[in-house]
Amino acid sequence: MLKEADVVINVVDATNLERNLYLALELLEGDIPVIIALNIWDETHHLGIQIDEKELENLLGIPIVPTVALTGEGIKTLVSRIKEAKTNEEVKPTSREGRWIEIGSLIEKVERVEHRHHTIRDRISDLTIRPLTGLPLAAGIMFLSFWIVRLIGENLIGYIFEPLFEELYRPVITGLSNLLGPGFIHNLLIGQYGVEIDFVESMGMLTTGLFVPVGMVLPYIIAFYFVLSILEDTGYMPRLATLLDNVFHKLGMHGHGIVPLFLGLGCNVPGALSTRTLETRKQRFISATLLAIAVPCMAQMAMVFGILGPYGIQYIGLVFFTLVFLYIVMGLIMNKFVKGESPEIFLEIPAYRRPSLKVILKKTWMRVRWFLKEAIPFLFAGVLVINILYSVGFLQWLGTVLSPVMQGLFGLPGESGVSMIIGFLRKDLAVGMLLPLGMSPMQLVIATTMLTIYFPCVATFAVLVKELGIKDMLKSAAIMVGTAVTVGFILKLVLLGV
Amino acid sequence: MEHQDISLLNLSRNKKAKITMIHGGHGLQHRLDSMGIRNGKEIKVVSRQPFRGPLTVEIRGCQMTLGRGMARKIMVEVLQ
Repeated sequence: MLKEADVVINVVDATNLERNLYLALELLEGDIPVIIALNIWDETHHLGIQIDEKELENLLGIPIVPTVALTGEGIKTLVSRIKEAKTNEEVKPTSREGRWIEIGSLIEKVERVEHRHHTIRDRISDLTIRPLTGLPLAAGIMFLSFWIVRLIGENLIGYIFEPLFEELYRPVITGLSNLLGPGFIHNLLIGQYGVEIDFVESMGMLTTGLFVPVGMVLPYIIAFYFVLSILEDTGYMPRLATLLDNVFHKLGMHGHGIVPLFLGLGCNVPGALSTRTLETRKQRFISATLLAIAVPCMAQMAMVFGILGPYGIQYIGLVFFTLVFLYIVMGLIMNKFVKGESPEIFLEIPAYRRPSLKVILKKTWMRVRWFLKEAIPFLFAGVLVINILYSVGFLQWLGTVLSPVMQGLFGLPGESGVSMIIGFLRKDLAVGMLLPLGMSPMQLVIATTMLTIYFPCVATFAVLVKELGIKDMLKSAAIMVGTAVTVGFILKLVLLGV
Repeated sequence: MEHQDISLLNLSRNKKAKITMIHGGHGLQHRLDSMGIRNGKEIKVVSRQPFRGPLTVEIRGCQMTLGRGMARKIMVEVLQ
Protein backbone atom coordinates (compact mmCIF):
# COMPACT_ATOMS: atom_id res chain seq x y z
CA MET A 1 0.00 0.00 0.00
CA LEU A 2 1.04 3.61 -0.60
CA LYS A 3 4.16 2.60 -2.54
CA GLU A 4 4.06 5.66 -4.78
CA ALA A 5 3.42 8.20 -2.01
CA ASP A 6 6.08 10.82 -1.25
CA VAL A 7 4.50 11.80 2.02
CA VAL A 8 1.54 10.60 4.09
CA ILE A 9 -0.76 13.04 5.86
CA ASN A 10 -2.45 10.89 8.49
CA VAL A 11 -5.71 12.58 9.43
CA VAL A 12 -6.53 11.46 12.94
CA ASP A 13 -9.81 11.89 14.81
CA ALA A 14 -8.56 13.60 17.95
CA THR A 15 -11.69 12.59 19.87
CA ASN A 16 -10.75 8.95 19.25
CA LEU A 17 -7.00 9.29 19.54
CA GLU A 18 -6.29 5.85 20.95
CA ARG A 19 -7.70 3.74 18.19
CA ASN A 20 -6.60 6.15 15.48
CA LEU A 21 -2.99 5.80 16.57
CA TYR A 22 -3.01 2.21 15.38
CA LEU A 23 -2.86 3.23 11.73
CA ALA A 24 -0.32 5.92 12.61
CA LEU A 25 2.00 3.28 14.09
CA GLU A 26 1.54 1.03 11.08
CA LEU A 27 2.46 3.96 8.85
CA LEU A 28 5.55 4.72 10.92
CA GLU A 29 6.73 1.14 10.50
CA GLY A 30 7.04 1.87 6.78
CA ASP A 31 9.62 4.14 5.19
CA ILE A 32 7.45 6.95 3.87
CA PRO A 33 7.57 10.28 5.80
CA VAL A 34 4.44 10.90 7.88
CA ILE A 35 2.77 13.99 9.29
CA ILE A 36 -0.30 13.79 11.52
CA ALA A 37 -3.29 16.13 11.45
CA LEU A 38 -5.14 15.96 14.77
CA ASN A 39 -8.54 16.73 13.33
CA ILE A 40 -11.82 17.58 15.12
CA TRP A 41 -9.57 19.34 17.61
CA ASP A 42 -12.35 21.72 18.73
CA GLU A 43 -14.51 18.83 19.91
CA THR A 44 -11.87 17.49 22.29
CA HIS A 45 -12.43 20.49 24.57
CA HIS A 46 -16.18 19.90 24.62
CA LEU A 47 -15.66 16.25 25.44
CA GLY A 48 -13.24 16.96 28.27
CA ILE A 49 -10.30 15.38 26.45
CA GLN A 50 -6.89 17.00 26.89
CA ILE A 51 -4.16 16.04 24.49
CA ASP A 52 -0.57 17.18 24.89
CA GLU A 53 0.24 17.42 21.19
CA LYS A 54 3.82 18.65 21.83
CA GLU A 55 4.56 15.58 23.90
CA LEU A 56 2.98 13.34 21.26
CA GLU A 57 5.19 15.02 18.67
CA ASN A 58 8.27 14.27 20.81
CA LEU A 59 7.29 10.69 21.42
CA LEU A 60 6.41 9.85 17.83
CA GLY A 61 9.19 11.97 16.36
CA ILE A 62 7.00 13.39 13.59
CA PRO A 63 5.13 16.70 13.23
CA ILE A 64 1.64 16.82 14.77
CA VAL A 65 -0.75 19.64 13.80
CA PRO A 66 -4.16 20.19 15.41
CA THR A 67 -6.81 21.00 12.80
CA VAL A 68 -10.52 21.70 12.47
CA ALA A 69 -11.36 20.79 8.89
CA LEU A 70 -14.88 22.20 9.21
CA THR A 71 -13.63 25.74 9.82
CA GLY A 72 -10.24 25.45 8.15
CA GLU A 73 -8.41 26.09 11.43
CA GLY A 74 -4.85 24.74 11.38
CA ILE A 75 -4.88 23.78 7.70
CA LYS A 76 -2.33 26.47 6.80
CA THR A 77 0.03 25.28 9.51
CA LEU A 78 -0.48 21.73 8.31
CA VAL A 79 0.42 22.63 4.75
CA SER A 80 3.46 24.66 5.80
CA ARG A 81 4.74 21.79 7.93
CA ILE A 82 4.32 19.06 5.31
CA LYS A 83 8.00 19.45 4.41
CA GLU A 84 8.89 18.49 8.00
CA ALA A 85 7.20 15.09 7.61
CA LYS A 86 9.58 12.37 8.78
CA THR A 87 10.06 8.68 9.11
CA ASN A 88 10.89 7.18 12.49
CA GLU A 89 13.57 4.52 12.37
CA GLU A 90 12.94 3.51 15.97
CA VAL A 91 9.46 2.21 15.22
CA LYS A 92 10.03 -1.39 14.19
CA PRO A 93 7.40 -3.63 12.65
CA THR A 94 5.66 -5.53 15.41
CA SER A 95 2.57 -7.60 16.17
CA ARG A 96 -0.95 -6.35 16.71
CA GLU A 97 -0.53 -6.92 20.46
CA GLY A 98 2.76 -5.04 20.41
CA ARG A 99 1.19 -2.02 18.74
CA TRP A 100 -1.65 -1.83 21.23
CA ILE A 101 0.77 -2.02 24.16
CA GLU A 102 2.80 0.81 22.58
CA ILE A 103 -0.38 2.84 22.07
CA GLY A 104 -1.44 2.19 25.66
CA SER A 105 1.77 3.72 26.98
CA LEU A 106 1.57 6.66 24.53
CA ILE A 107 -1.99 7.48 25.56
CA GLU A 108 -1.00 7.32 29.23
CA LYS A 109 1.54 10.07 28.60
CA VAL A 110 -0.33 12.46 26.29
CA GLU A 111 -4.06 12.19 26.91
CA ARG A 112 -6.22 12.99 29.91
CA VAL A 113 -9.97 12.48 29.95
CA GLU A 114 -11.78 14.56 32.56
CA HIS A 115 -14.92 13.31 34.09
CA ARG A 116 -17.70 15.59 33.02
CA HIS A 117 -21.38 15.96 33.69
CA HIS A 118 -24.10 14.85 31.37
CA THR A 119 -24.68 17.73 28.98
CA ILE A 120 -27.86 18.47 27.09
CA ARG A 121 -26.21 17.06 24.01
CA ASP A 122 -25.55 13.74 25.76
CA ARG A 123 -29.14 13.64 26.89
CA ILE A 124 -30.41 14.22 23.35
CA SER A 125 -28.06 11.52 22.15
CA ASP A 126 -29.43 9.07 24.71
CA LEU A 127 -33.04 9.93 23.88
CA THR A 128 -32.52 9.43 20.17
CA ILE A 129 -30.84 6.05 20.49
CA ARG A 130 -33.02 4.34 23.10
CA PRO A 131 -35.87 2.51 21.42
CA LEU A 132 -38.71 3.77 23.61
CA THR A 133 -37.98 7.44 22.91
CA GLY A 134 -35.85 7.01 19.79
CA LEU A 135 -38.43 5.35 17.55
CA PRO A 136 -41.16 7.99 18.01
CA LEU A 137 -38.52 10.70 17.61
CA ALA A 138 -37.27 9.01 14.42
CA ALA A 139 -40.81 8.96 13.02
CA GLY A 140 -41.14 12.64 13.88
CA ILE A 141 -37.80 13.53 12.33
CA MET A 142 -38.64 11.62 9.13
CA PHE A 143 -42.01 13.31 8.87
CA LEU A 144 -40.52 16.72 9.50
CA SER A 145 -37.75 16.10 6.96
CA PHE A 146 -40.14 15.21 4.17
CA TRP A 147 -42.39 18.08 5.11
CA ILE A 148 -39.44 20.46 4.78
CA VAL A 149 -38.41 18.87 1.46
CA ARG A 150 -41.90 19.53 0.14
CA LEU A 151 -41.95 23.05 1.53
CA ILE A 152 -38.61 23.97 -0.04
CA GLY A 153 -39.43 22.18 -3.31
CA GLU A 154 -42.83 23.80 -3.72
CA ASN A 155 -41.48 27.25 -2.99
CA LEU A 156 -38.55 26.84 -5.37
CA ILE A 157 -41.00 25.88 -8.10
CA GLY A 158 -43.64 28.49 -7.28
CA TYR A 159 -41.34 31.45 -6.81
CA ILE A 160 -38.34 30.69 -8.99
CA PHE A 161 -38.60 27.89 -11.54
CA GLU A 162 -42.15 28.31 -12.82
CA PRO A 163 -41.93 32.10 -13.21
CA LEU A 164 -38.63 31.63 -15.02
CA PHE A 165 -40.13 29.19 -17.48
CA GLU A 166 -43.44 31.00 -17.92
CA GLU A 167 -42.24 34.62 -17.98
CA LEU A 168 -38.85 34.33 -19.58
CA TYR A 169 -38.69 31.06 -21.45
CA ARG A 170 -42.17 30.80 -22.96
CA PRO A 171 -41.86 33.94 -25.13
CA VAL A 172 -38.52 32.67 -26.45
CA ILE A 173 -39.97 29.28 -27.34
CA THR A 174 -43.09 30.82 -28.87
CA GLY A 175 -40.85 33.02 -30.98
CA LEU A 176 -38.81 30.03 -32.04
CA SER A 177 -41.99 28.13 -32.88
CA ASN A 178 -43.15 30.90 -35.22
CA LEU A 179 -39.70 31.12 -36.74
CA LEU A 180 -39.49 27.39 -37.45
CA GLY A 181 -43.00 26.83 -38.80
CA PRO A 182 -44.51 23.35 -39.05
CA GLY A 183 -42.34 20.36 -39.84
CA PHE A 184 -40.17 17.62 -38.39
CA ILE A 185 -37.68 19.98 -36.74
CA HIS A 186 -40.52 21.79 -35.00
CA ASN A 187 -41.96 18.51 -33.74
CA LEU A 188 -38.58 17.43 -32.49
CA LEU A 189 -37.62 20.64 -30.69
CA ILE A 190 -40.97 21.99 -29.55
CA GLY A 191 -43.80 19.57 -30.28
CA GLN A 192 -46.88 19.71 -32.42
CA TYR A 193 -47.24 22.95 -34.39
CA GLY A 194 -50.28 25.17 -34.01
CA VAL A 195 -51.37 24.01 -30.54
CA GLU A 196 -50.46 25.90 -27.40
CA ILE A 197 -47.15 24.79 -25.93
CA ASP A 198 -47.59 22.55 -22.90
CA PHE A 199 -44.30 22.10 -21.08
CA VAL A 200 -45.28 18.67 -19.75
CA GLU A 201 -47.05 17.11 -22.71
CA SER A 202 -45.62 18.71 -25.85
CA MET A 203 -42.72 16.21 -25.92
CA GLY A 204 -40.24 18.52 -27.65
CA MET A 205 -36.59 18.52 -26.63
CA LEU A 206 -36.68 22.20 -25.69
CA THR A 207 -40.10 22.05 -24.05
CA THR A 208 -40.74 18.80 -22.19
CA GLY A 209 -37.10 17.71 -22.46
CA LEU A 210 -35.97 20.75 -20.52
CA PHE A 211 -38.95 21.51 -18.32
CA VAL A 212 -39.47 18.11 -16.70
CA PRO A 213 -35.95 17.71 -15.30
CA VAL A 214 -35.28 21.38 -14.55
CA GLY A 215 -38.69 22.84 -13.80
CA MET A 216 -40.36 19.95 -11.99
CA VAL A 217 -37.70 17.61 -10.63
CA LEU A 218 -34.59 19.68 -9.90
CA PRO A 219 -36.26 21.79 -7.16
CA TYR A 220 -37.15 18.63 -5.23
CA ILE A 221 -33.72 17.14 -5.77
CA ILE A 222 -32.14 20.27 -4.32
CA ALA A 223 -34.53 20.26 -1.37
CA PHE A 224 -34.09 16.55 -0.70
CA TYR A 225 -30.32 16.47 -0.68
CA PHE A 226 -30.17 19.66 1.36
CA VAL A 227 -32.24 18.05 4.11
CA LEU A 228 -30.44 14.71 3.86
CA SER A 229 -27.07 16.46 4.21
CA ILE A 230 -28.28 18.11 7.41
CA LEU A 231 -29.36 14.73 8.80
CA GLU A 232 -25.96 13.28 7.92
CA ASP A 233 -23.82 16.10 9.22
CA THR A 234 -25.52 16.35 12.58
CA GLY A 235 -24.63 12.69 13.11
CA TYR A 236 -28.20 11.45 13.16
CA MET A 237 -27.88 8.75 10.48
CA PRO A 238 -25.87 6.19 12.55
CA ARG A 239 -28.51 6.48 15.27
CA LEU A 240 -31.27 5.84 12.75
CA ALA A 241 -29.28 2.87 11.44
CA THR A 242 -29.06 1.54 15.02
CA LEU A 243 -32.79 1.94 15.63
CA LEU A 244 -33.77 0.26 12.37
CA ASP A 245 -31.10 -2.43 12.39
CA ASN A 246 -33.40 -5.19 13.60
CA VAL A 247 -35.81 -4.58 10.70
CA PHE A 248 -33.05 -4.37 8.10
CA HIS A 249 -31.37 -7.44 9.51
CA LYS A 250 -34.47 -9.49 8.74
CA LEU A 251 -34.32 -8.18 5.18
CA GLY A 252 -30.79 -9.56 4.80
CA MET A 253 -28.94 -6.28 5.37
CA HIS A 254 -28.11 -4.36 8.52
CA GLY A 255 -28.90 -0.85 9.73
CA HIS A 256 -26.54 0.66 7.20
CA GLY A 257 -29.02 -0.42 4.49
CA ILE A 258 -30.87 2.80 5.24
CA VAL A 259 -28.17 4.73 3.33
CA PRO A 260 -28.82 3.38 -0.20
CA LEU A 261 -32.54 3.64 0.51
CA PHE A 262 -32.35 7.30 1.49
CA LEU A 263 -29.88 8.37 -1.19
CA GLY A 264 -31.99 6.50 -3.73
CA LEU A 265 -35.07 8.51 -2.86
CA GLY A 266 -33.24 11.48 -4.37
CA CYS A 267 -31.81 9.79 -7.43
CA ASN A 268 -31.27 6.03 -7.75
CA VAL A 269 -27.76 6.52 -9.19
CA PRO A 270 -26.05 7.68 -5.96
CA GLY A 271 -28.21 5.13 -4.13
CA ALA A 272 -26.83 2.35 -6.31
CA LEU A 273 -23.28 3.62 -5.81
CA SER A 274 -23.66 3.58 -2.04
CA THR A 275 -24.57 -0.12 -1.96
CA ARG A 276 -20.83 -0.78 -2.07
CA THR A 277 -20.55 0.39 1.55
CA LEU A 278 -22.29 -2.82 2.60
CA GLU A 279 -19.85 -5.61 3.38
CA THR A 280 -20.96 -8.76 1.57
CA ARG A 281 -22.23 -9.75 -1.84
CA LYS A 282 -25.53 -10.87 -0.36
CA GLN A 283 -26.14 -7.53 1.32
CA ARG A 284 -25.20 -5.60 -1.78
CA PHE A 285 -27.37 -7.75 -4.02
CA ILE A 286 -30.41 -7.38 -1.79
CA SER A 287 -30.06 -3.65 -1.23
CA ALA A 288 -29.47 -2.99 -4.94
CA THR A 289 -32.42 -5.11 -6.04
CA LEU A 290 -34.73 -3.55 -3.45
CA LEU A 291 -33.53 -0.12 -4.51
CA ALA A 292 -34.44 -0.82 -8.13
CA ILE A 293 -37.77 -2.40 -7.27
CA ALA A 294 -39.25 -0.36 -4.48
CA VAL A 295 -37.46 2.96 -4.19
CA PRO A 296 -38.84 5.62 -6.53
CA CYS A 297 -36.48 8.49 -7.23
CA MET A 298 -37.45 12.11 -6.71
CA ALA A 299 -37.98 12.51 -10.45
CA GLN A 300 -40.56 9.79 -10.43
CA MET A 301 -42.18 10.87 -7.17
CA ALA A 302 -42.59 14.42 -8.42
CA MET A 303 -44.41 13.07 -11.48
CA VAL A 304 -46.55 10.65 -9.47
CA PHE A 305 -47.57 13.47 -7.16
CA GLY A 306 -48.27 15.68 -10.16
CA ILE A 307 -50.42 13.11 -11.93
CA LEU A 308 -52.26 11.41 -9.07
CA GLY A 309 -52.41 14.44 -6.77
CA PRO A 310 -55.49 15.95 -8.42
CA TYR A 311 -57.46 12.72 -7.88
CA GLY A 312 -56.72 12.66 -4.17
CA ILE A 313 -54.03 11.71 -1.70
CA GLN A 314 -55.42 8.17 -1.25
CA TYR A 315 -54.18 7.14 -4.70
CA ILE A 316 -50.67 8.35 -3.96
CA GLY A 317 -50.90 6.52 -0.65
CA LEU A 318 -51.82 3.34 -2.49
CA VAL A 319 -48.70 3.54 -4.68
CA PHE A 320 -46.41 4.10 -1.70
CA PHE A 321 -48.10 1.50 0.46
CA THR A 322 -47.52 -1.07 -2.29
CA LEU A 323 -43.86 -0.08 -2.58
CA VAL A 324 -43.17 -0.22 1.18
CA PHE A 325 -44.96 -3.57 1.34
CA LEU A 326 -42.82 -4.84 -1.54
CA TYR A 327 -39.59 -3.58 0.03
CA ILE A 328 -40.29 -5.63 3.13
CA VAL A 329 -41.73 -8.76 1.50
CA MET A 330 -39.06 -8.97 -1.22
CA GLY A 331 -36.38 -8.35 1.41
CA LEU A 332 -37.68 -11.19 3.57
CA ILE A 333 -37.84 -13.51 0.57
CA MET A 334 -34.38 -12.63 -0.73
CA ASN A 335 -32.85 -12.92 2.73
CA LYS A 336 -34.10 -16.50 2.75
CA PHE A 337 -32.98 -17.50 -0.73
CA VAL A 338 -29.91 -15.42 -1.58
CA LYS A 339 -26.81 -17.31 -0.51
CA GLY A 340 -24.10 -15.69 1.52
CA GLU A 341 -23.37 -13.99 4.79
CA SER A 342 -25.10 -11.00 6.19
CA PRO A 343 -22.83 -9.74 8.95
CA GLU A 344 -24.01 -7.74 11.92
CA ILE A 345 -23.99 -4.00 12.28
CA PHE A 346 -20.86 -2.43 13.70
CA LEU A 347 -20.54 1.31 13.51
CA GLU A 348 -19.45 4.34 15.42
CA ILE A 349 -22.01 6.69 16.94
CA PRO A 350 -20.39 10.12 16.68
CA ALA A 351 -21.30 12.92 19.07
CA TYR A 352 -23.93 15.28 17.70
CA ARG A 353 -22.47 18.25 15.92
CA ARG A 354 -23.91 21.48 14.64
CA PRO A 355 -23.62 21.22 10.86
CA SER A 356 -21.88 23.93 8.90
CA LEU A 357 -24.02 25.60 6.26
CA LYS A 358 -21.08 25.89 3.91
CA VAL A 359 -20.37 22.17 4.02
CA ILE A 360 -24.08 21.32 3.67
CA LEU A 361 -24.40 23.52 0.59
CA LYS A 362 -21.26 22.04 -0.92
CA LYS A 363 -22.50 18.50 -0.33
CA THR A 364 -25.93 19.31 -1.74
CA TRP A 365 -24.36 20.80 -4.83
CA MET A 366 -22.13 17.75 -5.36
CA ARG A 367 -25.17 15.50 -5.34
CA VAL A 368 -27.33 17.82 -7.44
CA ARG A 369 -24.54 17.82 -9.99
CA TRP A 370 -24.87 14.04 -10.20
CA PHE A 371 -28.48 14.50 -11.16
CA LEU A 372 -27.77 17.26 -13.68
CA LYS A 373 -25.04 15.27 -15.34
CA GLU A 374 -27.20 12.14 -15.59
CA ALA A 375 -30.65 13.52 -16.09
CA ILE A 376 -30.38 16.29 -18.63
CA PRO A 377 -28.45 14.35 -21.32
CA PHE A 378 -30.62 11.26 -20.87
CA LEU A 379 -33.82 13.26 -21.02
CA PHE A 380 -32.69 15.07 -24.13
CA ALA A 381 -31.66 11.79 -25.69
CA GLY A 382 -34.89 10.20 -24.50
CA VAL A 383 -37.06 12.83 -26.14
CA LEU A 384 -34.99 12.62 -29.28
CA VAL A 385 -35.25 8.83 -29.48
CA ILE A 386 -38.97 8.90 -28.76
CA ASN A 387 -39.62 11.47 -31.47
CA ILE A 388 -37.61 9.55 -34.03
CA LEU A 389 -39.23 6.24 -33.12
CA TYR A 390 -42.63 7.91 -33.38
CA SER A 391 -41.96 9.43 -36.74
CA VAL A 392 -40.86 6.10 -38.20
CA GLY A 393 -43.91 4.41 -36.68
CA PHE A 394 -41.97 2.03 -34.44
CA LEU A 395 -43.65 3.03 -31.18
CA GLN A 396 -47.13 2.75 -32.69
CA TRP A 397 -46.21 -0.74 -33.84
CA LEU A 398 -44.79 -1.66 -30.44
CA GLY A 399 -47.93 -0.30 -28.78
CA THR A 400 -50.04 -2.64 -30.89
CA VAL A 401 -47.82 -5.61 -30.13
CA LEU A 402 -47.80 -4.98 -26.39
CA SER A 403 -51.45 -4.00 -26.31
CA PRO A 404 -52.93 -7.45 -25.53
CA VAL A 405 -50.45 -7.94 -22.68
CA MET A 406 -51.13 -4.54 -21.18
CA GLN A 407 -54.88 -4.95 -21.49
CA GLY A 408 -55.17 -8.60 -20.58
CA LEU A 409 -52.69 -8.86 -17.75
CA PHE A 410 -52.80 -5.41 -16.21
CA GLY A 411 -56.06 -3.80 -17.35
CA LEU A 412 -54.23 -0.86 -18.90
CA PRO A 413 -54.69 0.80 -22.29
CA GLY A 414 -52.53 -0.72 -25.03
CA GLU A 415 -50.51 2.46 -25.59
CA SER A 416 -49.21 2.36 -22.00
CA GLY A 417 -46.79 -0.35 -23.15
CA VAL A 418 -44.88 2.38 -24.96
CA SER A 419 -44.47 4.34 -21.76
CA MET A 420 -43.03 1.21 -20.08
CA ILE A 421 -40.37 1.06 -22.80
CA ILE A 422 -39.65 4.78 -22.43
CA GLY A 423 -39.38 4.27 -18.67
CA PHE A 424 -36.05 2.62 -19.25
CA LEU A 425 -34.71 5.94 -20.55
CA ARG A 426 -36.34 8.23 -18.04
CA LYS A 427 -38.96 7.32 -15.46
CA ASP A 428 -40.27 10.84 -15.04
CA LEU A 429 -40.83 11.19 -18.76
CA ALA A 430 -42.62 7.83 -18.87
CA VAL A 431 -45.00 8.86 -16.11
CA GLY A 432 -45.66 12.06 -18.05
CA MET A 433 -46.53 10.00 -21.12
CA LEU A 434 -49.33 8.26 -19.22
CA LEU A 435 -51.16 11.54 -18.87
CA PRO A 436 -52.66 11.85 -22.38
CA LEU A 437 -53.98 8.25 -22.31
CA GLY A 438 -57.11 9.14 -20.35
CA MET A 439 -56.78 6.45 -17.69
CA SER A 440 -58.84 6.12 -14.54
CA PRO A 441 -57.07 6.92 -11.24
CA MET A 442 -56.88 3.20 -10.39
CA GLN A 443 -55.29 2.43 -13.76
CA LEU A 444 -52.79 5.23 -13.13
CA VAL A 445 -51.95 3.66 -9.76
CA ILE A 446 -51.22 0.34 -11.48
CA ALA A 447 -49.18 1.91 -14.27
CA THR A 448 -47.05 4.15 -12.03
CA THR A 449 -46.42 1.34 -9.54
CA MET A 450 -45.34 -1.00 -12.33
CA LEU A 451 -43.12 1.72 -13.80
CA THR A 452 -41.29 1.95 -10.50
CA ILE A 453 -40.80 -1.78 -10.10
CA TYR A 454 -40.08 -3.30 -13.46
CA PHE A 455 -36.66 -1.85 -14.20
CA PRO A 456 -34.35 0.96 -13.14
CA CYS A 457 -33.61 3.79 -15.55
CA VAL A 458 -30.65 3.25 -17.85
CA ALA A 459 -28.26 5.38 -15.75
CA THR A 460 -28.99 3.35 -12.62
CA PHE A 461 -28.82 0.15 -14.67
CA ALA A 462 -25.32 1.02 -15.86
CA VAL A 463 -24.13 1.68 -12.30
CA LEU A 464 -25.70 -1.53 -11.03
CA VAL A 465 -23.98 -3.60 -13.71
CA LYS A 466 -20.70 -2.11 -12.53
CA GLU A 467 -21.46 -2.65 -8.84
CA LEU A 468 -22.96 -6.15 -8.99
CA GLY A 469 -21.33 -7.63 -12.07
CA ILE A 470 -23.25 -8.71 -15.13
CA LYS A 471 -24.29 -12.11 -13.78
CA ASP A 472 -25.84 -10.85 -10.57
CA MET A 473 -27.41 -7.95 -12.43
CA LEU A 474 -29.18 -10.39 -14.77
CA LYS A 475 -30.53 -12.27 -11.75
CA SER A 476 -31.56 -9.00 -10.16
CA ALA A 477 -33.26 -7.84 -13.38
CA ALA A 478 -35.17 -11.11 -13.62
CA ILE A 479 -36.46 -10.55 -10.08
CA MET A 480 -37.50 -7.01 -11.01
CA VAL A 481 -39.44 -8.00 -14.12
CA GLY A 482 -41.01 -10.99 -12.37
CA THR A 483 -42.09 -8.80 -9.46
CA ALA A 484 -43.50 -6.11 -11.74
CA VAL A 485 -45.62 -8.58 -13.71
CA THR A 486 -46.90 -10.29 -10.55
CA VAL A 487 -47.67 -7.06 -8.76
CA GLY A 488 -49.33 -5.52 -11.85
CA PHE A 489 -51.56 -8.54 -12.22
CA ILE A 490 -52.50 -8.67 -8.52
CA LEU A 491 -53.20 -4.93 -8.50
CA LYS A 492 -55.49 -5.36 -11.50
CA LEU A 493 -57.44 -8.07 -9.69
CA VAL A 494 -57.67 -6.08 -6.46
CA LEU A 495 -58.12 -2.52 -7.72
CA LEU A 496 -60.07 -3.02 -10.93
CA GLY A 497 -61.88 -6.14 -9.77
CA VAL A 498 -61.63 -7.85 -13.18
CA MET B 1 -15.19 -12.57 46.68
CA GLU B 2 -15.00 -14.36 43.37
CA HIS B 3 -16.38 -12.41 40.43
CA GLN B 4 -18.35 -14.21 37.80
CA ASP B 5 -17.74 -12.96 34.28
CA ILE B 6 -20.85 -12.33 32.23
CA SER B 7 -21.41 -11.71 28.55
CA LEU B 8 -21.76 -8.07 27.49
CA LEU B 9 -25.18 -9.09 26.24
CA ASN B 10 -26.34 -9.55 29.82
CA LEU B 11 -24.81 -6.39 31.26
CA SER B 12 -27.46 -4.03 32.61
CA ARG B 13 -27.71 -0.59 31.12
CA ASN B 14 -25.42 2.10 32.52
CA LYS B 15 -23.49 -0.38 34.71
CA LYS B 16 -19.75 -0.06 34.38
CA ALA B 17 -17.81 -3.19 33.55
CA LYS B 18 -14.35 -4.26 32.48
CA ILE B 19 -13.71 -6.40 29.43
CA THR B 20 -12.00 -9.62 30.51
CA MET B 21 -12.05 -11.80 27.43
CA ILE B 22 -13.10 -11.77 23.80
CA HIS B 23 -14.06 -15.13 22.29
CA GLY B 24 -13.75 -15.47 18.57
CA GLY B 25 -11.25 -15.60 15.77
CA HIS B 26 -8.59 -13.18 14.66
CA GLY B 27 -10.92 -11.41 12.25
CA LEU B 28 -13.38 -10.46 14.97
CA GLN B 29 -10.64 -9.57 17.46
CA HIS B 30 -9.07 -7.25 14.95
CA ARG B 31 -12.36 -5.57 14.07
CA LEU B 32 -13.16 -4.97 17.72
CA ASP B 33 -9.59 -3.85 18.39
CA SER B 34 -9.81 -1.24 15.70
CA MET B 35 -12.78 0.33 17.48
CA GLY B 36 -11.04 0.23 20.84
CA ILE B 37 -12.89 -2.80 22.25
CA ARG B 38 -10.11 -4.69 24.01
CA ASN B 39 -9.25 -6.60 27.14
CA GLY B 40 -9.01 -4.41 30.21
CA LYS B 41 -11.20 -1.62 28.81
CA GLU B 42 -14.01 -0.11 30.81
CA ILE B 43 -17.33 -0.43 29.00
CA LYS B 44 -20.99 0.35 29.58
CA VAL B 45 -24.19 -0.33 27.69
CA VAL B 46 -26.00 2.81 26.54
CA SER B 47 -29.00 1.27 24.81
CA ARG B 48 -30.33 -2.00 23.55
CA GLN B 49 -32.77 -2.37 20.66
CA PRO B 50 -35.68 -4.78 21.02
CA PHE B 51 -36.36 -7.84 18.84
CA ARG B 52 -32.77 -9.04 18.89
CA GLY B 53 -31.56 -5.66 17.73
CA PRO B 54 -28.06 -4.30 18.34
CA LEU B 55 -26.44 -2.82 21.46
CA THR B 56 -24.92 0.60 21.74
CA VAL B 57 -21.95 0.72 24.09
CA GLU B 58 -19.59 3.40 25.36
CA ILE B 59 -15.86 3.12 25.84
CA ARG B 60 -13.84 6.13 26.94
CA GLY B 61 -16.57 8.51 25.88
CA CYS B 62 -16.90 7.00 22.40
CA GLN B 63 -20.11 5.24 21.48
CA MET B 64 -20.58 2.45 18.98
CA THR B 65 -23.31 0.09 17.91
CA LEU B 66 -22.66 -3.62 17.57
CA GLY B 67 -24.79 -6.67 16.83
CA ARG B 68 -25.81 -9.21 19.46
CA GLY B 69 -23.64 -11.96 17.99
CA MET B 70 -20.56 -9.85 18.62
CA ALA B 71 -21.73 -8.68 22.03
CA ARG B 72 -22.25 -12.30 23.13
CA LYS B 73 -18.58 -13.03 22.56
CA ILE B 74 -17.37 -10.18 24.75
CA MET B 75 -17.02 -11.23 28.41
CA VAL B 76 -17.04 -8.58 31.10
CA GLU B 77 -16.65 -8.26 34.83
CA VAL B 78 -19.11 -5.90 36.50
CA LEU B 79 -17.40 -3.12 38.45
CA GLN B 80 -18.80 -1.85 41.73
